Amino acid sequence: MSARTTTDRQQFTGSMRFLHWLMAAMVLAMLGIGIAMVASLGDYRRLVSIHRPLGILILILVVIRFVNRRLSSLPPFPATMSPQERFAARASEALLYTLLLVQPLVGWGMLSAARYPIVLFGSLHLFPILPHSVMLYAVLRRTHTFLAYLLFLAFVAHFGAILFHALIVRDGMLSRMAPWRVRAR
Amino acid sequence: MAPLGANEDAKTTNGSGELLSETAPMEKHPAPLTARNMFARLAGIGVLLLGVVGAFLYLGGWFSPQKLTPARFVDEFERVSGIHSGFRRNHAKGVCVRGFFDSNGQGARLSKAVAFQSGRVPVVGRFSLGGGDPHATDDLSTVRGLGLQFSLPDGEQWRTAMIDLPVFPFKDPQAFYDNLVASQRDPNTHQPDPAKGAAFLASHPETARALAIIKSHAPSSGFDNTAYYSLNAFRFVNAEGASTYVRWTLAPVQPYEAGTGASQDKNFLFDGLIASIQQHPLQWHLIMTVAQPGDPTDNATIQWPEGREQVDVGTLTLDSVESEETNPARDINFDPLVLPAGMAPSNDPLLSARSAVYSQSFTRRAGETKEPSEITPSEVRK
Ligand code: HEM
Ligand code: HEM
Repeated sequence: MSARTTTDRQQFTGSMRFLHWLMAAMVLAMLGIGIAMVASLGDYRRLVSIHRPLGILILILVVIRFVNRRLSSLPPFPATMSPQERFAARASEALLYTLLLVQPLVGWGMLSAARYPIVLFGSLHLFPILPHSVMLYAVLRRTHTFLAYLLFLAFVAHFGAILFHALIVRDGMLSRMAPWRVRAR
Repeated sequence: MAPLGANEDAKTTNGSGELLSETAPMEKHPAPLTARNMFARLAGIGVLLLGVVGAFLYLGGWFSPQKLTPARFVDEFERVSGIHSGFRRNHAKGVCVRGFFDSNGQGARLSKAVAFQSGRVPVVGRFSLGGGDPHATDDLSTVRGLGLQFSLPDGEQWRTAMIDLPVFPFKDPQAFYDNLVASQRDPNTHQPDPAKGAAFLASHPETARALAIIKSHAPSSGFDNTAYYSLNAFRFVNAEGASTYVRWTLAPVQPYEAGTGASQDKNFLFDGLIASIQQHPLQWHLIMTVAQPGDPTDNATIQWPEGREQVDVGTLTLDSVESEETNPARDINFDPLVLPAGMAPSNDPLLSARSAVYSQSFTRRAGETKEPSEITPSEVRK
């Protein structure tokens, strides 16, 4: 990957954009399912049985996505962004990636520590990744809630920043990640 | 987010940026926004963000304080019985057991679950008394519980929590909850208000009918000669993919003996179980009752008609007993929806609710320091 390819494009690669929107939908769904299921008696069982496999799918996809990102060329930031804004954008990206990796691991880990069978579907289940300890479960269960709220706040900030660029600054920020192809101007 | 002024600055000074001067798509500067337009757009952004936050709060039940949630259910158990650090919020008093299940293979035509192929699987379990007080005095009329975990060879698990009642008094979680509230003791008289109890029964005829059935079964003398019932229906799927609805019963091999209840000490039921299991292994037949089309699968207050097919699928043997303090069963959540492939929930509303509430109770007690159990290790050894 040469520096030149980086400068050629204004958009993230097709695979990156595809993964971004796929995962955005999945993560939003996971946050909604998670919040709804712990407040529900009637839908708890249905929602938890979606929550586990979807969360593990996110774990797999975030690894693929991260590798894909390292192998791809990235478009430069729009010129409208100040160094502080660029820093904020990079930091929030790093935070989002970290949360998307750690949150499903915490989910898997807490069920491991409680020695629940971690059923994905049918008889397919995951092996435990942590030793048996209900105290550890309790800590991780709280961590899972905390990280979910943090992830939600990070998402709201991310969404707000994009809206701000799209509607106020109007610097083509959204088109960098647009699902459709945007020709370089 | 940087204030607008910063962006203006960036626009005018971007010539110094690294790659930016040649690449960034800044050829066409958008026309500046009028103040009113700008305000409208900012307001729109605010509304969108608030909408997202509001939608999530709504999903989490923040706008429906009356909605019965797992947390509110467990709060109610705690209001009734107090918080006993490290103990279950219901069925708090118990001892743990170990043993095994010998499947005779007869269940395989109902369910493809590995548990029903011929062979032996290890079991851990816990006998308990209903109620949230871990130091309650044993009483013949208190509900007896048995939680079991079958560890299947390929890492799958089957967990079940059964009680000794032939029907459940409540058809859905709301009824159970409303009854907890109605039976709360008055702080002055230390007695539940009989008017509230009567009002509950009047508005829940199915509970009155279930209680009549329960009263017609005199409790046996101990944990060992008691039958335990799944109560909730489950859907079994066999290797051909055919579904049947079943309820199961553990029928004791130990002969029935009516309880007398005369001059008993505080832990007589548990002490009786310990003495009995230390004499000889205790056994139960696991009987599947198979529903006919039309039998209610969503209402545990109703028995299925007499004469339904019964399949004896194997024998449970429990041969050792331990205090909760030394046995892993204390730290197990006997969630009735931990099921292997081949067993699935029915549409009984109690099942999802139990899974949710047990998880909440388990999470709370998991993080607490564990106080000594009423049935101590020395009690089990004596
Ligand atoms: C990106 C991935 C994930 C997100 C965004 C997410 C989000 C959430 C949220 C918002 C909650 C509710 C927290 C609360 O309000 O207390 C929750 C609970 C839960 N999550 Fe996740 N989760 C993820 C991955 C996973 C994974 C991979 C598993 C397991 C394999 C898992 C298992 C659970 C369980 C068991 C609960 C709690 C159920 C209970 O307490 O009854 N999660 N999750
Ligand atoms: C909506 C209805 C019900 C609610 C809210 C409820 C609530 C609870 C709670 C909070 C626990 C303690 C869980 C833990 O911390 O591990 C518990 C334990 C138990 N429940 Fe229920 N329960 C319900 C219905 C039933 C039914 C229908 C049965 C029997 C068929 C049953 C049998 C048991 C048994 C045997 C235990 C003790 C299991 C053990 O030793 O861990 N419950 N219940």
